[in-house]
Amino acid sequence: MEQAEVMLDLLFYIFSAIAVAGALGVIVNKNPVTSAFCLIAAFIGLAALFIQLDAYLVGIIQILVYGGAVMVLFLFIIMLMDMASEERRRFGLGAVAAGLLVSVVFVVQLLRVLGDYSPGSKVLGVLPADAATDVEQIGKLMFTQYYFPVQVVGVLLLIATIGVIVLSKRELK
Amino acid sequence: MDWINIAVTLIKIVVLTFMVLLPMIAYSVWAERRVAAKIQNRVGPNRTGIPFTKFGLFGLGQPIADGLKFIFKEDLTPAHVRTGYFWLAPALTMVPALMTCAVIPFGSELNIAGYKIPLVIADLNVGPLFIFAIASLSVYGIVLAGWASNSKYPFLGGVRSTSQMISYEISLGLSIVPIIMIFGELNLTEIVKWQDANGWLLFPFWGGGEFWQEALLLIPVVISFVIFTVSMFAETNRLPFDLPECETELVAGYHTEYSSMKFALFFLGEYAAMIIGSGLAVTLFLGGWSLPFGIGSELVDKPLWLGIAHFFSFLIKMIGFILFFIWVRWSLPRFRYDQLMRLGWVFFFEIALANVFLTAFILLYFN
Repeated sequence: MEQAEVMLDLLFYIFSAIAVAGALGVIVNKNPVTSAFCLIAAFIGLAALFIQLDAYLVGIIQILVYGGAVMVLFLFIIMLMDMASEERRRFGLGAVAAGLLVSVVFVVQLLRVLGDYSPGSKVLGVLPADAATDVEQIGKLMFTQYYFPVQVVGVLLLIATIGVIVLSKRELK
Repeated sequence: MDWINIAVTLIKIVVLTFMVLLPMIAYSVWAERRVAAKIQNRVGPNRTGIPFTKFGLFGLGQPIADGLKFIFKEDLTPAHVRTGYFWLAPALTMVPALMTCAVIPFGSELNIAGYKIPLVIADLNVGPLFIFAIASLSVYGIVLAGWASNSKYPFLGGVRSTSQMISYEISLGLSIVPIIMIFGELNLTEIVKWQDANGWLLFPFWGGGEFWQEALLLIPVVISFVIFTVSMFAETNRLPFDLPECETELVAGYHTEYSSMKFALFFLGEYAAMIIGSGLAVTLFLGGWSLPFGIGSELVDKPLWLGIAHFFSFLIKMIGFILFFIWVRWSLPRFRYDQLMRLGWVFFFEIALANVFLTAFILLYFN
């Protein structure tokens, strides 16, 4: 193997370790702020993996939207909570059982899908050097082939925004 | 070849981050104090020069003395703080600010003995987005500092900072959409090359281009520039938008409980963000490293002297912009919090959105 490939492999393991450790930290920690920060670490690890696949836009958007905007709002709300009571909270049997059920179903599904592939059996073709950048390709797809779904998602988000405003205004009265 | 590339990249990281950016941070603190003194008709720090001599050198030794003072001061951790996060917060403000300098093109390329070394650490295709993404992480440092300090004023500062930065991130992002539509490019190096050939975006008086289109495009470009610059002030928590650390209401805001080098890291992080912001503004609007009047733009093979001239051209523009930041700080009074939010959400957001359509219209019909 070339040096570059060794380095890419090494980086892959480092970033996946960050992502997995972050994801574990989210559920293991009792302190909500620590959990939120572990989630941010997981997002950043994931973004690095995207960037390693040359999907710069997806990786950057991952950080920009989830790491920089969504999690800031999460943290904003978490910080206003009573930390001590959150740390004391215990989970009931029902919650544990439901959590186990969901994760078992998910793992089974994952194994079904991944069981069909052996590592390295599916190799993606190399992009030609003169190919358009990923930003351009995503933009073109979004505004030609997937134009209708994009518009529908936009309208849905607008409805959600209006719904939130209506609901919060009603509480004020 | 692989190892040469890695070595060159490492040298670029060390030189551009630690030998260009860090001294600039230190000296912009000095410049701030000197300019503030000039504006307020004082003298300012003018004595710290070469030790044990009478050479004051305009106080140029001041940043070194300040650094020494910060390092040797007692590092106090109050008993009521959440220690782990209290230590993490200063690092989280400093690191993103330094990371963003990876995509800023500091110069065209240095032609050394046949090797062409581009003066940008990472030539990404998503340059401005990368800067926004990493810069949006720097809010965690302030939020965490406010929360971890576990006392009233820092917490209020942290909460203010969160809502302020989220609000202005939107207008900041929207304000550069028209610019990117004009360039048709997200790579900062290519953006500067375009301006080198066609004239700077704010001064398109030389180079090629349709006259009417360029003249009309100046309208959205100026609107974008104003929104971008003002939002940048809000993002870097500089006066007139320094509500998170507003002394008259919040003692010192989010860094009230900090002392010694940990406080200094917040301070330096703010200046680093300001310098990167200036760098981005210069790159997008003022032609980056390109020389005025299109000098040397027709040369495809850039000789070494031109590369060096480009580097200094970028530095001079950036320093000019930093001085503008400082000048504004000592000229304008602080906004009230509701005024700040209204400006961000009611005015800038809508104007930036309308500006996108205006640019699209001009690009479509005056081509």
